[in-house]
Amino acid sequence: MQSQAEAKYDDPEVKHAQHSEFVSFTVASQAFCLKITQIREIRRWSPVTILPHAPADVLGVMNLRGAVIPIYDLSARFGLQQTEASERNVVIVVSVHGKPVGLLAESVSEIISINPDDIQDTPPVDSRNTMDYIQGIISHEDTMVRIINLDAVISVPEQVLS
Amino acid sequence: MAGSIQDTFFEECEELLEAMDEGLTAIEGGDHDSEVVNAVFRAVHSIKGGAGAFGLDELVAFAHKFETVFDEVRANRLGLDTKLIQLLLRSSDHLSDLVSVARDGGSTDEAHHDVLISALEEYIEEEEEELVFQPMGLGGAFEASPIEAEKERTYNIRFHPLKDMYGTGNEPYFLFQTLADLGTLEVQLDDSELPGFDSVDTDESYLTWKLTLTSTESKSAVEAVFEFVEGLCELSIESDSDAEDEANALAALDAAFGVMPEEGGDQVAAPFEPPVSAAEPVAEPAVAETAPAATKAAAPKAEAAKSGPNPTLRVDLERVDRLINAVGELIINHSMLAQQIANLDVADLRDVETELEGFKNLARDIQEGVMSIRAQPVKPLFQRMARIVREASAATGKTAKLVTEGEATEVDKTVIERLSDPLTHILRNAVDHGIEQPEDREAAGKGRAGEIRLTASHRSGSVCIEIKDDGAGVNRPRVKQIAIDKGLIPPNAELSDSEIDNLLFLPGFSTAKEISNLSGRGVGMDVVKNAVTALGGRINISSTPGKGSTFTIILPLTLAVMDGMVVSVADQTMVVPITSIVETMRGSDDMVNNLGADGTLLSIRGNFVPVCDVGAALGLETSGHDQPPGVYLLVETETGQRSALAVDDIHDQRQVVIKSLDGVCGNIPGVAAATILGDGKIAMILDPESILAASPSAAAFDTERRMNNAIAS
Amino acid sequence: MKTKVLAIDDSRTIRNLLAAALEEAGFEYHCAVDGREGVDMYPDVAPDVVITDINMPNLDGFGVIEELRGDDINSKVPILVLTTESAPELKARARNAGATGWITKPFDDASLIFALKRVTGAAA
Repeated sequence: MQSQAEAKYDDPEVKHAQHSEFVSFTVASQAFCLKITQIREIRRWSPVTILPHAPADVLGVMNLRGAVIPIYDLSARFGLQQTEASERNVVIVVSVHGKPVGLLAESVSEIISINPDDIQDTPPVDSRNTMDYIQGIISHEDTMVRIINLDAVISVPEQVLS
Repeated sequence: MAGSIQDTFFEECEELLEAMDEGLTAIEGGDHDSEVVNAVFRAVHSIKGGAGAFGLDELVAFAHKFETVFDEVRANRLGLDTKLIQLLLRSSDHLSDLVSVARDGGSTDEAHHDVLISALEEYIEEEEEELVFQPMGLGGAFEASPIEAEKERTYNIRFHPLKDMYGTGNEPYFLFQTLADLGTLEVQLDDSELPGFDSVDTDESYLTWKLTLTSTESKSAVEAVFEFVEGLCELSIESDSDAEDEANALAALDAAFGVMPEEGGDQVAAPFEPPVSAAEPVAEPAVAETAPAATKAAAPKAEAAKSGPNPTLRVDLERVDRLINAVGELIINHSMLAQQIANLDVADLRDVETELEGFKNLARDIQEGVMSIRAQPVKPLFQRMARIVREASAATGKTAKLVTEGEATEVDKTVIERLSDPLTHILRNAVDHGIEQPEDREAAGKGRAGEIRLTASHRSGSVCIEIKDDGAGVNRPRVKQIAIDKGLIPPNAELSDSEIDNLLFLPGFSTAKEISNLSGRGVGMDVVKNAVTALGGRINISSTPGKGSTFTIILPLTLAVMDGMVVSVADQTMVVPITSIVETMRGSDDMVNNLGADGTLLSIRGNFVPVCDVGAALGLETSGHDQPPGVYLLVETETGQRSALAVDDIHDQRQVVIKSLDGVCGNIPGVAAATILGDGKIAMILDPESILAASPSAAAFDTERRMNNAIAS
Repeated sequence: MKTKVLAIDDSRTIRNLLAAALEEAGFEYHCAVDGREGVDMYPDVAPDVVITDINMPNLDGFGVIEELRGDDINSKVPILVLTTESAPELKARARNAGATGWITKPFDDASLIFALKRVTGAAA
C-alpha cells in the first residue's frame, strides 16, 4: 500500500496545486480519512489511564511528552461498535482548537491525494449520528472513503464530559 | 517600540492604581498624612502623564480632574471629609475602569463618568480651561503651515540677557546655535555697555547681541527658540514681512492665552509680544504662597524611603512558567530514573542511590526557588476587594467596611488570579445577605456600619483566606426550608448546624427572597465552591446567629506540586492528597460491619466511620474481587465528618507534579487533576470530598446515622 | 562624544519614552527613579543636561534643582523640568529655582530634541 502512495506522489500529472493530501485509515472496517495537515503524529496504541465517569467513546488520557491528552474511540464516537483496543491499533494525534487530542483507529492505510472536485456530498442516510461527522465522501480505488469533519467530532474539549 | 512602551505603561498603571488604592484606603481609615496624600496625587499624576503620551484623552481628562481635586487637598485648601473621601474612592474605581477600557477596549458607563466629573468639578474652585495638555510654545514652531514656511525672510533680532538668565543655566551661545539651524545666522556682539575693566560687576549682564537670521521659518518658530529665556532678557524680533506675520502672531497669541489660567498668566505667558522686556523677576509672590505646602510636604519623604525596596527584576511570566514546567519534568524524570535503576539487576546500588538522592534534593531546591518567583502578596487582590464592598454597600444602601489583614501573605500568582471571582462573590454575598440594614444593626446593639474582615495567612503548608462578617449569620431555619422546598434534601432530614450552613454550597441554592441584582447573578455559592476546588482548595462556612458568618478557604501554596499517597483502585494507579488523609490502615474482616443493604462501616478503636469504596464511587469496575478492599484511608471532610476511603492498595508517598485536566475533559466528579508518574503513566489525583459526595454508600450511611440520631434523641 | 542626559522621573512610562526618544536621537541616556537618586547619581554620571520630573517621591523636582544649583561646580548645568501642567506658575517656580527650561508632557520627539538643543546646543 505504501508503495502505491509513493507512486502517486511521484506522478507529476496527479500532483498539481489543487490536490490535498489525506491520510486514510480504517475504523470498524470502514475507510475514513483526515487531511494530512490536521494530523500531528500517529502512535501505536498503548493502554491509557481511564477517566472516571467518562462516556463510552472517551477511552481515557495518555501522556504525550508531558502533556495530558484525551483519547477518543472514533468507532464508538461514530455510533459503531466499541473498539477492543490492542497493540495493532493506532492513535492519531490531531490538533483541535490548538489542543492535542488522540483518536483511536483500527489501522492507518495510506496517504491519498484528493482533488477537491472529486469530493462528493454525503448522500442522506439514516444514520444521523454518522452524518454529522462526515463532511464528504470520495471514491478511491473502488472504495468509499469518508472525510471526517474534525470540528464536529471533537467540538470543544471541555464539553466532553459535561 | 511604541507598543512595548505602551505595554509597560499599562503595567505601570496597575502598580500606580494599587498605590492609589492603598493610599485612599489609608485616607479612608483616617490617615490624612501629607505623604499619603502626596503618594495618591503622584499615582494619579503619573497615570495622567503616561496616558497623555499615548493620546488616551478620556483617561487624561478624568485623571486631570481627579488630580486637581487632590492637589487642592495636598495644598490644604480642601479638607478631607467623608463626602469627599467617598467621591475620591469612587473616582479611583472609575479611573481604574478607564485604564482597563484604554487597555482592553470596551466602554465605561458614560452617565457615571459625567456624574463623577461634575462632582469633582464642584471641588475645583476656579474652573480651568480644558486644554492644558497641549504642548505649548513649540506648537507654532512645528506646525507652521507649509505655505507660510516656504517664504524666506529676514529677522532682525536684538537680544540682551538680564543677569538672572545666567542663573538658570541658559547660554546665549546655544540659543544662537539653535537659531542657526533655522537658516543663515549672522551674529554681532554689542559690548558698548561693558564698563571699564575695574568696574565690572561679574554678576551683571552687559552684553547685547544683534542677530540677523535669514530663514523660511515663521516668526513663532524663531520666538520659540527664546521660549526658555522669556522674561530673562530683553528681546526684540523684527521681520521684513512683519505686517503679514502680525496676524499669525495674534492668532497664536489668542491660542496661547486661551489655554492659560488667569492667575499669573500675564507675567510669564506673553511669549509673542515683542519686544519682551521683563525688568521684574518672574517669581510671583501670589503663586509662591501656595508653594511651601508642597515643598514642605516633600521634606519628610526622605524618611519614607527608609530601607528602600529590594532591587527587583521584571520577568516575562511565560519564561517563569516554562522554567516551572521544566523543573516539573525534571522531577518526573528523576522518579523515572530512580525506578529504572531500582529495576536494574545490580548488586550494589548504594553509590548511585546516594547520587540520586542528591539529584532529587537539588531538583526540589530548584523547584522551590522557581515556585517562589510566582508567589505574590495578596495585597493587590485584597485592595480590589475594598472596591467590591464599596460598590455592594452603595447598591444595597448598607454601610460596610472592609478590613484586611495579612496582605503580605504570598500565594501563587494563578491562585491569586483565580481567587478574584470567588472572593468577589463571597464579599457581595456578605454585604447583600450577611450585613443588616443600619437600623436593624442598631436595634441589635451593633454599630450602624458592618465590618467584613478579610484575612490571609499561611497555615502549615497551605494558605488560609478568611472572610468574616459581623452580620446576622445564616438564617438556618430558612436555609433548611429552602433546601427542602427545592428538593435538595429530604423533608425529614436531620442536619447539624454546620451541615445546614454548608447547604449554601449546593448547586442551585439561593437564599435571597428575590434574586437581588447584586449577588444573584445566576451564580450561587456552588460556583464559588467549584472555583476553590478547582484550585485544589476547600471552602467551609461557620456561622453564629446574630453574630455573623465566616468563610474559610484553604488553598495549596502552589498549584504545581503536592504531596500525595499513591494508591491502586480498580487496577488503576491514583493519587490521594496527603493533606486530606488523617490516617491509613490495613483492614481486617472484623473491622468491617455491614449496615443496611449496601452500607459499610469501619470500626476504628470503637468508633464507626462510613466506608466509601473509591472504585465504585468513581464508577470503575472493581474487577473480580468481591472481598472487602484491603486498605483504608481515613479522611476528614470540611464538616469534620470522618470517612474511610477503601482502596485496593497503598504504594508510597511522594511529591507529584499536578497536571490540570482543564481543557482535556470537563469536571470529573471525584477527580481534582492528574499527574504523570515515574513510569510515564498518567494517574488521577483524587478529591476525597467529592468522592464522598458521590458515594452511594456514604450517602446511605448518612441517612442511617440520622435515623439513629433521631431514635437516640 | 555623545551628549549625556540624566533623566529623573518616577514614572517608568515616561522614562521609557525618554529613553526611546533620546537613544534614537543619539544621546547617552541615564535615568534615576526619584529626585534623591538623581542627585546622588549626578556626580558619577556628570551629565551635560538634566531632565527632571516635578512630582516625585524622595525629593521632588524643585529639590533637585535646588540641590544641583546649590553646588557651585554644577550650578551651570542645564536643567529641564518635565511638567504636565503647562501652568505658568510651575514654570515660573521652576525657573525661579534655577531651571533652564521645560518640556511639557506629553512631548513628541521633536519638541524634546528642540528643548535639548536650546540648552546644550546639541542635537544629539
